[in-house]
Amino acid sequence: MLRITCPWCGERDYSEFRYGSEVKTRPAPGTGDLKTWHDHVFLFDNPKGPTREYWQHVLGCRQWLVLERDTATNAVGKAVPARDAASKSGAGR
Amino acid sequence: MAKRYSALSLLRHALQPSSPWPRAWRSPAPKSSYDVVIIGGGGHGLASAYYLAANHGIKNVAVIERSYIGSGNVGRNTTIVRSNYMIGGNTPFFEFSLKLWEGLSHTLNFNVMLSQRGQIGLAHNPSQMDVLARKGNIMRLHGIDAELLDRGEVMKLLPYLDYSDAARFPVVGGIIQHRAGTVRHDAVAWGYARAASDLGVDIIENCEMTGFLMEQGKVVGIDTTKGRIRAGKTAIAVAGHSSHIAAKAGLRLPVESHLLQAFVSEPIKPLVHHVVSFGAELYYISQSDKGGLVFGGHIDGFANYSQRGQFPKVQTVAECAVSLMPCVSRLRLLRHWAGIMDMTPDGAPFIGRTPVPNLYLDGGWCYQGFKAIPASGWTFAHTIAKGEEHELNRCFSLDRFAKGGELDDHGSGNWTYKQ
Repeated sequence: MLRITCPWCGERDYSEFRYGSEVKTRPAPGTGDLKTWHDHVFLFDNPKGPTREYWQHVLGCRQWLVLERDTATNAVGKAVPARDAASKSGAGR
Repeated sequence: MAKRYSALSLLRHALQPSSPWPRAWRSPAPKSSYDVVIIGGGGHGLASAYYLAANHGIKNVAVIERSYIGSGNVGRNTTIVRSNYMIGGNTPFFEFSLKLWEGLSHTLNFNVMLSQRGQIGLAHNPSQMDVLARKGNIMRLHGIDAELLDRGEVMKLLPYLDYSDAARFPVVGGIIQHRAGTVRHDAVAWGYARAASDLGVDIIENCEMTGFLMEQGKVVGIDTTKGRIRAGKTAIAVAGHSSHIAAKAGLRLPVESHLLQAFVSEPIKPLVHHVVSFGAELYYISQSDKGGLVFGGHIDGFANYSQRGQFPKVQTVAECAVSLMPCVSRLRLLRHWAGIMDMTPDGAPFIGRTPVPNLYLDGGWCYQGFKAIPASGWTFAHTIAKGEEHELNRCFSLDRFAKGGELDDHGSGNWTYKQ
């Protein structure tokens, strides 16, 4: 089974978590035309291979994480707090 | 042209076992150019090729399949066909599909083993009965058969369900579509491949598409592991991998690839004579001709291309099975498998044009890809041939989210914007 290492709670089964979506950079509020927001909300890169995605530890600390995972092999990498990942990329969720 | 199958040909071959059956479809090398190239030799790709040739006279067509015919989702599903959909757009489309299924064995001269055993949806409380009544009324207004069942009628049809006082979800009633049922899934792929090949379509197996050939922003062909193929029009029909292929033309799609698992038990004597779906969870069951109970549930819930299901879904589905039918609790699971679905935000598919000139897309099949094959092929072929949508696939356009045209039948897409 997929195991995710929560930065606060440690390694747990994925069934404790809820999947968000792949990490996308949200346009700043009040900016961008309809197409910009349509693309942000509805379109996905949906890569076959390494990706970064949001997960929430719903049955644990309820924190949002950014997880590195390979969608082709299910190999799981590091999980970091989403707020740290967001401050690095300058985007919020 | 392959010889037509008939009772006489069957008898002749039975009496002359030394003469082998001829190959069902030709196996040509790819030509350097075609009028239409379809990427993906699954149910949708083969049906589209067949209807291009049969309905529109476009026979200079190639179907490019990365593996062998029948190796993808067309052979990896629970074989159910039905048209009990409730909202505009879906209702007429799936009814058209069911009507095509009803004549498909004759159309293709290939027995697809349609079994109209009836599909029963269960209700576990009075408000679910109200919803089923409304659904039945909408279906009947579209000329689709639907019949409400009270608890006693369900007990007569499905005596093996849990009707005890201890039942976790008491059965209040249900709805039946008598014309719904199952189809032999492999036969669908083989039948369409054979019929399309007879009409001149080249089916090229073990040939992977590696990139699009672009000229002045238009798609003019594809590169493959068997060489370059030019095409007047190029169509994508690779459900599960639509994003992956479309990205090669610079297209991002409203699609996430998720896994849907299905299961088969060890074979038992005839028990489940219908297709039954559980109203308390997404769970459905039927019995195959070999005797195995075939059932499935929800998607795994996260983007995945690995074709390897996760255990918590096995547990959830087994819990549904036992909750509904305690008598199956000691059956062994023979096997389970996971198919990759293109999950869309509204749970409805895409059949139509793309923003890239000469490039067409049939994808975004969430839970309903198998039952849609004939209507999908019919309408996709229409769109490719005419360059515009058929009235039945107009609502499945790629730009519907920008225009506020979501088809939210069950809200069963990828859920990402519902969290």
